[in-house]
Amino acid sequence: MDNLVALYHEMIVDHGKNPRNFGVLEGVHELKGLNPLCGDQITLYVKIEGGKITDAKFSGQGCAISMASSSLMTQAIKGKTVVEAKTLFEAFHGLIMQETSLDHVNPILGKLAVLQGVAAYPSRIKCATLAWHALNGILEGADAPVSTEK
Amino acid sequence: MTTQDILKMEKRVLDWDAHTVREDFPILKQTMNGVPLVYLDNAATTQKPQCMIDRLSRFYANENANVHRSVYMLAEEATASFEETRKLTRAFIHAHSKNEIIFTKGTTESINLIAQTFGKACLEPGDEIILSELEHHANIVPWQMLAKEKNLTIKVIPVLSTGDLDLDVFEALLTPRTKLLAVTHISNAIGTINPIRKMIEVARKNNIKVLIDAAQSVVHMTVNVQELDCDFLVFSAHKMYGPTGVGVLYAKEEILKVLPPYQGGGDMICSVSFTQTEYADAPQRFEAGTPNVADVIAFGETLKYLRSLPFDSVIAYEHELFQYAAQGLSEIKGLSLVGKPRVQAPIISFVMDGIHPHDIATVISQSGVAVRAGHHCAMPTTQAFGIPATTRISMSFYNTFAELDLLFNALNTVNKIFE
Repeated sequence: MDNLVALYHEMIVDHGKNPRNFGVLEGVHELKGLNPLCGDQITLYVKIEGGKITDAKFSGQGCAISMASSSLMTQAIKGKTVVEAKTLFEAFHGLIMQETSLDHVNPILGKLAVLQGVAAYPSRIKCATLAWHALNGILEGADAPVSTEK
Repeated sequence: MTTQDILKMEKRVLDWDAHTVREDFPILKQTMNGVPLVYLDNAATTQKPQCMIDRLSRFYANENANVHRSVYMLAEEATASFEETRKLTRAFIHAHSKNEIIFTKGTTESINLIAQTFGKACLEPGDEIILSELEHHANIVPWQMLAKEKNLTIKVIPVLSTGDLDLDVFEALLTPRTKLLAVTHISNAIGTINPIRKMIEVARKNNIKVLIDAAQSVVHMTVNVQELDCDFLVFSAHKMYGPTGVGVLYAKEEILKVLPPYQGGGDMICSVSFTQTEYADAPQRFEAGTPNVADVIAFGETLKYLRSLPFDSVIAYEHELFQYAAQGLSEIKGLSLVGKPRVQAPIISFVMDGIHPHDIATVISQSGVAVRAGHHCAMPTTQAFGIPATTRISMSFYNTFAELDLLFNALNTVNKIFE
């Protein structure tokens, strides 16, 4: 039950139900993220001006984890430079995949660390990383949809 | 249903002792997340009785030899055990001859085999295949691949909001170019039992061949291929308490006689030279290479096990479980069942207001409850209901009413977390 409480932290349930930055941005970088296993799909919109992310939104549908993760991510990347956003992506990936120590990533991630409970549920990791893979795709200049099944 | 019928049914339910039968399935004593396992994902795969597990291990420990080849005792016995399963399978689905039973690796391969042999040899460009919106991807994709290759047309019988197929549309879809109806007996996603007897009758009148996907039905009801008068019927051993890696393709002998081989290789020939090869007759013609000997033999043990059960009582008990589950689920706050077909197998899909099926499945797994969440490899079905995914419970004769109570409690926990 402790794992469950960690996974469905109050903040995740809140962001899952009432996702922030939910919507569409026109004329900006956009990329679709698909999780064919469970049917989650989101589209991420990122406005980059002078090497800085000035706005971010997402649309689509999915489980509480993918919605909350997308919501928290769009909040976290606004105002960050492309380089800072990449650092965030790597820190988040390290946290979820349990590849990096919490002491190292926690100061970088701030409240994004609330998603660390996902690590105990291997089948749900892709839900948490979906939006992040879409972000990484945009930052790397991808124009084809990213999939969690590559 | 008369009072007499109800009394008879109740008598049969009382005859069934799920607690005793659970002893036959060692995995049911397992725990998951520290609590007893409540296995409600039987439509994905069923658990295995000890007798089948023992048979598998006994074959490898004491009896292993290849089949249909050598003349020493061990090989003779392996061949006899392998062919014994073919006979048991014939009896299980009431086929006319054991030569109508072909072993494959599963339902999916059985359907691909039909597409690659019957489909290639007997269908012409412009011919039409009828499928339904309740099909598993295994009964959609092989036909799409064939249609593309041979320029065939695929038509689809729509599903009504009740979860029943729209039979009026089915009849309206028929044309002189319709050559095959490929339809599932029971929807794996929402549990609808299709009126295949009636559908086969319509097909017969119009000279259309019929393939029945019986992957979900052979385990929940008696299937008699001669009474049904279908041309092809396919199912998998692992969804009926048998091992993985064994599928069955039943086809009428008269059709098998005219079909070209599926794969080429050993075991499917009479004679081979570099100028000409003569193929063996069915079933060997369609079983190239060394088959899954051990699992087929273990599957025979499953068939004997099933034969030893009072099947009428099993069916009645599973129906009681279904009714108890449907009632209990409807009482959960914010929960809606997907479809309410006229007749339903013990398979129920549901959705909960504002809560994604994957979150539901994760939360209840913490209480030991194993269910499936997603599109169930039947995306057209969930799309027809305008939803991306459902949570599905699928029951077996070894499930108990107490287990369903645990499911209901776990679903109340889901509501608490997400309220």
